[in-house]
Amino acid sequence: MSTWLLRRLVQALFVVLAMTVIVFVGVNVIGNPIDILISPDANAAERAQAIASLGLDKPLWQQYLSFLSGVLHGDLGRSFVYNEPAMRVILERLPATMELAVAAVLISILIGIPAGLYAGLRPNSWGARSLMAGSILGFSLPSFWIGLMMIMVFSVQLGWLPSTGRGATRALFGVQWSFLTRDGLVHMILPSINLALFNLSLIIRLTRAGVREALPSEYVRFARAKGLSPMRVVGVHVMKNILIPVVTVLGLEFATTIAFSVVTESIFAWPGMGKLIIDSISVLDRPVIVAYLMLIVMLFVTVNLVVDLLYVVLDPRVRLEQQG
Amino acid sequence: MSTSTTIVAEESPFRRLVGDFVQSKMATAGFVVMCLILLCAVVAPWISPQNPYDLVQIDIMDSSMPPGSVSAEGLKFLLGTDDQGRDILSGIIYGLRISLIVGAGSALIAGVIGSSLGLIAAYVGGWVESAIMRLVDLQLSFPSMLVALMILAILGKGVGNVMLALVLVEWAYYARTARGSALAERRREYIEAAECLALSRARVVFHHLLPNCMPPLIVVGTFQMARAIALEATLSFLGLGVPVTEPSLGLLIANGYQYMLSGKYWISFFPGLALLLTIVAINLVGDQLRDVLNPRLRR
Repeated sequence: MSTWLLRRLVQALFVVLAMTVIVFVGVNVIGNPIDILISPDANAAERAQAIASLGLDKPLWQQYLSFLSGVLHGDLGRSFVYNEPAMRVILERLPATMELAVAAVLISILIGIPAGLYAGLRPNSWGARSLMAGSILGFSLPSFWIGLMMIMVFSVQLGWLPSTGRGATRALFGVQWSFLTRDGLVHMILPSINLALFNLSLIIRLTRAGVREALPSEYVRFARAKGLSPMRVVGVHVMKNILIPVVTVLGLEFATTIAFSVVTESIFAWPGMGKLIIDSISVLDRPVIVAYLMLIVMLFVTVNLVVDLLYVVLDPRVRLEQQG
Repeated sequence: MSTSTTIVAEESPFRRLVGDFVQSKMATAGFVVMCLILLCAVVAPWISPQNPYDLVQIDIMDSSMPPGSVSAEGLKFLLGTDDQGRDILSGIIYGLRISLIVGAGSALIAGVIGSSLGLIAAYVGGWVESAIMRLVDLQLSFPSMLVALMILAILGKGVGNVMLALVLVEWAYYARTARGSALAERRREYIEAAECLALSRARVVFHHLLPNCMPPLIVVGTFQMARAIALEATLSFLGLGVPVTEPSLGLLIANGYQYMLSGKYWISFFPGLALLLTIVAINLVGDQLRDVLNPRLRR
């Protein structure tokens, strides 16, 4: 178990290291940082001075090492646009993104599991069929288009919900949150539903498949034969076995949700990390781009690691396999 | 009984496949729509009412007209015009071209690269296999959106860069599928027979193994094509994808987005509808292909 853990950790570290190489090479070798960093009006002396101060005259491996030490210290340069450390600019946007992602995951759980249970228990009903058809659409349609349609219907035509921005926020632990005010909550409805749709479809299908698999099994028949109420059979016995895949997928999908918040935030002008990265790419704010990429890669590797560990904890079969 | 067996014996595999495929009305409709869309994209210059990128043909006076309006020259704008006075319908027909070229092209390239690597992994085994499959696992643990975002953030926009990003996102799916079916196939007698004939490894892999691994790869390819088109549209919508000079459906939708809030829905609604139709049609075809090509589900 501990050797497995060690191997897994080394592997994760290796992935992060490989990503720093890729991002560094991508930004510094494929793109030309001199063109991006130095104003085209600068004269030759100014250029040379800027190149020296940025360390661009050093050999590539030295540049990479200083970049790497910068990553380790969380120092990835200053944003050109905000004139603040790039990492701070991103971390300031983190709460807005997290808030949206958590809301999306909550929506997909609170609606997805009951809907999946219903579809699994009454597979031939009209409601279950339309749920399944809807979930296919949730998978295959691009989420930005669904977002646009939501704005068109609920904001422009019906005028029920606001289409852009975070609304009023209130501070908690020194951070501004939208979910603490009524106005903020109303602003969260459309973006969080939009972000939730993919996971919602996934959870409905997973739960349904789990129910279909569990219902004919021995332990469910035994629980029924004992005379337990249908509520208890489904709510306790069936649920327990459905939750393992759902928890795993949700863990993995949480990181995906954050990656996809790029799209949702752009549509609904939600001031989070995703909108920041798109804005930064369009104005070539290189330090912010690099910092975002590094941050999100680390987030991913960490989430994957945690999910792997959780899997070992949750599922005894995996644990036995590791030992055996 | 005897008559039915003779009929089956006379049917070619392809005819049986077609017969199975048309069992589903939805899938057939999807196939017809897919073909129509493809046809539209191919013959775009001949069927579109105007060339939306020929500045002589567009008139800024016709800008933002609702669907069904008629221009000063008597040209009817069936789906309205955008802010530059371009006919939306023409824009869609030309946009379909870019979307399909980028989507289908990248799915095809990724298919060739991914399938080859998957087949090689299964056939050669050893460290080659573990190296390739480790790479596949790594690739699949990152969401496609993030990988594409990363590549385009570094390389900048452009049709070639988008295709490169899509290929890098997609190849792993083919590799995994190809390896899976190749592992099952390579133990069959015909592979042994081919090896006994002392055929070269490349010949065994690509002439004997590959054709028998094709069905699942075709299914994956269909779905990946729909995914590629959707992802390209998303990237272009975000301004990371194709340049303004070569607008795909996603970019057309992005152009109309700012006008949507002021009620001019048609500028991005109709390109969106075209995108939707394309993706749903391809998915319907893929769904039915999966059922038809899967021997386990055959009655």
